[in-house]
Amino acid sequence: MIVLALEVEKQLGALALAVRFQIAGGVTALFGPSGAGKTSLVNMIAGLLKPDRGCIVLDDTTLFDAANAINVPPHRRQIGYVFQEGRLFPHLSVRQNLDYGRRMSGRPRDPTEFERIASLLGITHLLQRRPRMLSGGERQRVAIGRALLMQPRLLLLDEPLASLDAGHKGEILPYLMRLRDQAAVPMVYVSHIAGEVRQIATTVVRLDEGRVLAVGGLELLAGAG
Amino acid sequence: MLELSPAEWTAVELSLRIALVATAWALPFGIAIGWLLARGKFWGKTVLDGLVHLPLVLPPVVTGYLLLLWFGRKGPLGAFLYDHFGIIFAFRWTGAALASGVMGFPLLVRPIRLALETIDRRLEDAAATLGANPALVFFTVTLPLALPGIIAGVLMCFARALGEFGATITFVSNIPGETQTISAAIYTFLQIPDGDAAAGQLVVVAIALSLAALIAAEWLGRRASARFHGE
Repeated sequence: MIVLALEVEKQLGALALAVRFQIAGGVTALFGPSGAGKTSLVNMIAGLLKPDRGCIVLDDTTLFDAANAINVPPHRRQIGYVFQEGRLFPHLSVRQNLDYGRRMSGRPRDPTEFERIASLLGITHLLQRRPRMLSGGERQRVAIGRALLMQPRLLLLDEPLASLDAGHKGEILPYLMRLRDQAAVPMVYVSHIAGEVRQIATTVVRLDEGRVLAVGGLELLAGAG
Repeated sequence: MLELSPAEWTAVELSLRIALVATAWALPFGIAIGWLLARGKFWGKTVLDGLVHLPLVLPPVVTGYLLLLWFGRKGPLGAFLYDHFGIIFAFRWTGAALASGVMGFPLLVRPIRLALETIDRRLEDAAATLGANPALVFFTVTLPLALPGIIAGVLMCFARALGEFGATITFVSNIPGETQTISAAIYTFLQIPDGDAAAGQLVVVAIALSLAALIAAEWLGRRASARFHGE
């Protein structure tokens, strides 16, 4: 079952991005060195960056199709996005951050789901705090919770561990692995670190200089840094 | 000590009302223009920026005279507003509010624009991915994050409106109980023999009100930004 089918081209300064792949459920890693175009790619999936050409289809919904002038705006794509730097809203408490997606889409409160996600990520004791009172690891866990609670059809994670020191990196991966094993939501995981990808990914898309080198299993990581 | 006569109290009360109304009306326009200047990319942006700042550098008498030409009963805008909405500016306190609002406007727009320019746009992207449409992004992320700038602008505009003299007196004259603000009353007292004492009292009031506005601006601004960045 294809979850996401993507065929896009975009000129990004000197980099000519031309990428085509399809992914099924599970965790798909976009793996490649810095400057390979990974972040641009997830921004296109989220709707934050417009491709020059091509199309993006999620399940049976066309999100982008240059030929037919279709470009669903980000707020209607229902794609969760965990950014490298968390991007929690500094003027809202952790609880309000987590609740933001539900409020914006006007869905009724679901305390059971809220409680489930908060305890899954181990952030129930942080709900009253402001983001600036959190450690880096806590911040990323809240960011993951915020994206999950909007009930995404797909979850994008752009180097979610990059801003964390070694100790806090280990704090996040177990949560993501639990999420993967529950198979609740398909994920696209961007990283340039093979060790990280090996632990979390089920499929690997190797990228370099705006091109797909290979799509396959974890064996693609062999020989990579 | 301070013992204000009823006429002086009227001037104080009128000044406060005019400054409040002027600031309240200017605020939505100030946010809109501040947003255009911070985010907009359009032809004539420099011209708009210049127009907004014009009252700051123009002699206030000129601003007042232009207001009289446009918003007087026979002026193009004044006639239109009277015919369609029954609004009169000329020689009314509403005209004083208009003049003060125009004079305070550059001081309102500037901090709002700066605040909007320094907001991390990536937070707005994050809000969009969470399902917020552009209007919701503006009201739930952009505006709250710009709050310190908005507070600073509001209080500067209010303080400026409170003390406005030149444009007001040119546009709506100096009518006790209608357009005679603290500044105009002080001016009037200084024109008559032995008016110094009465003028002195109003001077004290003016200093107190201006100081209060400045202290409030400082305090509120600090509180608002502490909410995001403080300890």
